[in-house]
Amino acid sequence: MTSLLRIDKLSCRFGGLWANREVSFEVEQGAIVGLIGPNGAGKSTLFSMVAGAQRPTAGRLEFDGRDVTGWAPHAAARAGVGRTFQLMRVFGSMSVLENLTTAAFVRHPRLRDARRRAAEVADLAGLGPVLDAPAASLTAAWKKRLEMGRALATEPKLLLLDEVLSGLTPTEAREAVEIVRAINRDGVTILMVEHVMEVIMPLCGRLVVLHYGEKISEGTPEQVAHDPTVVEAYLGKAL
Amino acid sequence: MSTTSTPTTPAPAASAPAGDRPSRARRLPPWTTAVLVVAALAAYPLVFLDSAAHNIGILALTFGIAATGWNLLGGYTGQISFGHALYFGAGAYTTALLVRQGWSPWLAIGIALPVAAVLAAAVGWPCFRLRHHYYSIATIAVAEIVFILVTNLPGLGQANGWELPVVEPSLANLQFSLLDKRPYYYVALGFFCLAAVAVWLFLRGRAGNYVRAIRDDQAAAAAVGINVHRYKLAAAALSGAITALAGGFYVMYVLFVDPPSGLGLDLSVSFTLMAVLGGVGRFWGPLLGAWVLVFVQDVTRQEFSGTGRSVDLLLYGALIVLISITEPGGLLAILQRIWAPIARRLRRRSAPEPTGSGEVRA
Repeated sequence: MTSLLRIDKLSCRFGGLWANREVSFEVEQGAIVGLIGPNGAGKSTLFSMVAGAQRPTAGRLEFDGRDVTGWAPHAAARAGVGRTFQLMRVFGSMSVLENLTTAAFVRHPRLRDARRRAAEVADLAGLGPVLDAPAASLTAAWKKRLEMGRALATEPKLLLLDEVLSGLTPTEAREAVEIVRAINRDGVTILMVEHVMEVIMPLCGRLVVLHYGEKISEGTPEQVAHDPTVVEAYLGKAL
Repeated sequence: MSTTSTPTTPAPAASAPAGDRPSRARRLPPWTTAVLVVAALAAYPLVFLDSAAHNIGILALTFGIAATGWNLLGGYTGQISFGHALYFGAGAYTTALLVRQGWSPWLAIGIALPVAAVLAAAVGWPCFRLRHHYYSIATIAVAEIVFILVTNLPGLGQANGWELPVVEPSLANLQFSLLDKRPYYYVALGFFCLAAVAVWLFLRGRAGNYVRAIRDDQAAAAAVGINVHRYKLAAAALSGAITALAGGFYVMYVLFVDPPSGLGLDLSVSFTLMAVLGGVGRFWGPLLGAWVLVFVQDVTRQEFSGTGRSVDLLLYGALIVLISITEPGGLLAILQRIWAPIARRLRRRSAPEPTGSGEVRA
C-alpha cells in the first residue's frame, strides 16, 4: 500500500487557538478514510490545508510523493485534489452542466472535450434530471450532489468530501453513499469529513478522530468505536 | 477514469426546475443577433441625416466601446471598477502624445491598447487582493491619484490639456470634414465591432467560463483549478485595452484631451451606469445603455441648456433607481421580457400545427 497523502505533524494556529496541532496520518491509494470528531475539532481546517485553502503554521504535507506544504488551491486541484465545501458553493449563475464543464476544463482545455467529460460526470453523479437548471435554484440535496459532481469533473486522484451526507434525508443519504462507493470503485481515493457516525462507519475502511485539534485515535471503525478516549470525547467522562 | 456504474438515483426531492429559463440571458448571444445589431447600427446615419444625430451616434458608439470593456471586468468577472476612466485616459493621452509627435493615429491607437492593458494589469496586481467594494474603492483611489498627477505634473499638458493639430482630412489621418461626420461614425462602428469580437472571443471558451466562475464564487473557482488572480488580471488587461480604444478614438474625434474629459471620475461612473442601465453581464447591455445615456444627455442639454447642466445626472439617478427596483438585469432584460411572449406566439404560428385545425394557414 502506497500512501497518496501523507500528513506529517501538521499544525494550524489562529492567534492563541490551535485549530490543528501536530496531526499526522496517511491516506493510502484507493482507500476511503473518514475524518471524524465533535464540532470544532479542526476537521474543516485540516481539510482546507490539504486543499490549499489554508496555509499550515507548521508541519509537512505530501501528495503523490511530492512535498506540497502550503500550496495554492488551484495548484491542488491541478495536481489531483478535488473537494466539496461544507457550505455549498455552486456557481449560481450557471446551469448544472456549465458548473461541471467549468470544472472539467482543468483536464480538457477544449470546450467540446470538457462538455463531454461533464456529461459523463453528470451521469455518474446522477445529475441528469437537473442538467439545464440554474445551479442557484437547486435544493440543498441537489447542490451537495452538484458539489460532488463538480469535484469529480476535475478528475481527482484524491477527493475531499466535507459533510456531503449530513443534512440529507435517509433516502438521499443512502443514494449519496452509493455515489461515493461508485466513485471509489473507479479508483478515486476518498477522505471524508463527517460528524454523523452512523453513516460513515460502514463506508470507511479507516477512521481518524480529531478532538480539540489533535488526533486522538485512528483505526478501523470497530476499533475507533470502542476506543475509550473517543467515547469520552463524544459523550464525556463516566461519572 | 471511466464511468463504470451509474447508481440508481431517482433524484433527491422533486424540484427539477425545467430548463425553461436558466441562465440563458447571460450566455453569449448568437451571431444572428450580432448581424442584426450591426446592420441596424450601419443603417442609423443613413436614416437620420442631420449632423447632431451623427454626433450622438459617434459618442454612443465610443462610450459603448468603453462600457463593453468595463462589462468584461465588472459584469462578467464581477470586479466592479470605478476607475476605468484611467484606461480611457491612457488611450486618449497615449494617442495624443504620439500623434503630436507626428505618428499615424492608427499606429498611435495600436500602441495605446497594450499600454492600457499593461497599466490595467499593474493596477489589478495589488487591487485584486481586495474583494468586493474594497476593490471598487481602491480603483477610485488609483484613478484619482493619476488624475491629480496629470493635472499637476509638467509634461502631460497639466490642467490645460492637449490639443491635436487639425490636418488634411483623410482616413489615414483619422480626421474628416466636419460637414459630414459619417466617416467618424463608421470608424467608430468598426472599432466597436473590433471590441465586441475581442470580448466575444475571450468569453466563448474556457476563459469565459472561468471569469464567470470567479464572479460566482472565488473559493469554488480556485477549487476547480482556476488561477483566480491570473484570470482576473487577464480580464482586466483586455477590459483596459478596450476602454483605451474608446479613449484613443475619442481624442481623435474631439482633437482635445484634458484631465476632466479623459480621466474624470464622472467618466468612470458613466461607464458603469451605461452597463448597469443596459444590462450588467449581458453582451449588448452596455451598448444599449450608452445609446440611451448619450441620447438623454443630449436632450437635456438642449432643453435646459446652460442652466440645467445637471438635469441629465438627475435623470441618470432616477433611471438607475428605477432599474434596480424593477429589473436588475437592465433595459435589455426588460426588452427580453416584453419580447419573449411575442416570440413564443410567432414561433407557435409559424410552426406547422399538428393538423386538426384545417383552416390554419400561413
